[in-house]
Amino acid sequence: MSILLKNIIRISIILFFQVFIVTKIPPLHQFIVPYFYFVLILWLPFKITRINLLLMAFLIGTLMDWFFKTPGLHAAASLLMAYLRPYLVNLLLPKEATEWGNEEPSTKTMGSVPYSIYIVVLTLFHHSYLIFLEWLQFGSFLYFIGKLLATGIVSLLMILIVDLFFNRKSKSR
Amino acid sequence: MRNVFLFIRRYAVFILFLILQGISLYSLFTSNRFHNTYYGMISGEIAGDINRRVNNVEEYFTLRKENQRLREQNAFLLSQIPSGQVLADTAVKSVTDTAYVDSVKQNLQYQYLSAKIISNSVFLQQNYLTLHRGTDQGVVLNMAVMGTDGIIGTVVGVSKNMSLVMSLLHKQSKVIAVLKKGSGLGEITWDGKDPRYLVLRKIPKTVVAKIGDEVVSSPYSDKFPPGSSIGRIEEVRQDSETNTYILKVRTAVDFSNVQHAFIVKNLLGDEMEEIKNKQIKE
Repeated sequence: MSILLKNIIRISIILFFQVFIVTKIPPLHQFIVPYFYFVLILWLPFKITRINLLLMAFLIGTLMDWFFKTPGLHAAASLLMAYLRPYLVNLLLPKEATEWGNEEPSTKTMGSVPYSIYIVVLTLFHHSYLIFLEWLQFGSFLYFIGKLLATGIVSLLMILIVDLFFNRKSKSR
Repeated sequence: MRNVFLFIRRYAVFILFLILQGISLYSLFTSNRFHNTYYGMISGEIAGDINRRVNNVEEYFTLRKENQRLREQNAFLLSQIPSGQVLADTAVKSVTDTAYVDSVKQNLQYQYLSAKIISNSVFLQQNYLTLHRGTDQGVVLNMAVMGTDGIIGTVVGVSKNMSLVMSLLHKQSKVIAVLKKGSGLGEITWDGKDPRYLVLRKIPKTVVAKIGDEVVSSPYSDKFPPGSSIGRIEEVRQDSETNTYILKVRTAVDFSNVQHAFIVKNLLGDEMEEIKNKQIKE
């Protein structure tokens, strides 16, 4: 399957789940609103150029904003994450890894420990910025910290499930 | 000049990042209920169509509750029909005036337009509903939206077949409310925490507020029919700084579970607006 087709299918499935299933479930607590749509940006291939990465993040974020009716909120958070992604990949991987072809970040291509660090750090960046922007308009500091922790943990769990569900087959090193 | 191009080329990614980030933050911080008209139009037509298809399936899950609510409302409405009521005083001759019901629409102040809710949220900080009714069906900005149990919100964006409603669970939502028993004007807002509770402020302490008292829309409202239910008081707190209460109100409408709504058209609304403006000019 071509890489473009694969990504288009993946984007539609994950956005559908995020918008119509996960966020329709009555929340356990006001702090817990799991988001996992940004794994789409984390899973884009290594070789994608940084400009395309930013544009993709803006597109996905804006799509989310249309459904959640929060103009610019998710787009801003996704952009920050996409901007930081190449730096983190360079830190975690030996140089030549970035010259791979259509490989995507996964436990198999990166190794499980670097991959976990990659996911956790970028999720934290995304969530802190998202909740920070929400907090600027609304709520107290306790709200910010509480929501960041609770939502972060639940989101990471969701990403683990999504990762297992998609079970992406990449060539091992 | 060459250096400028070199600079741009070198920092192209960063510059693009800043531009896109700027666009997002600008649209985030300048958006409020007034600007939302434009945003409501784009997302209303694109996201609205997908939302509608999904909602067709979703509706089956709440069918039983919805049925129950409609049956209760039916029973209530049936009891309102004049022919079902017995006159208390038989000495007075009563003529059922058909004109009163509505033939020239002179006595009718509020018209109700039934609409299906096709998307809804309760857990965000700014909650909106989308209704499957728009300008083609006569919806305009600032109309009130009610559920079968009480007030839902205000129309803030309209497109051809969809309208965007700011629900009471929105940080910018403000509705003037009174206590059904003690009167006293107050303001209903939402603190963004629990979608089951609203906050009622500015009710003076001279009014007696008790747990369980009903909170209704103000008789001076130009949108909501006076006396429409908003909720019941769940907790009474005294504000130590001012002479007012801070009341926790449980919503009458179960926001996580609404499927149908009525858009309320105030037939005298334009006239009220006109006379207000006239007064201000003079």
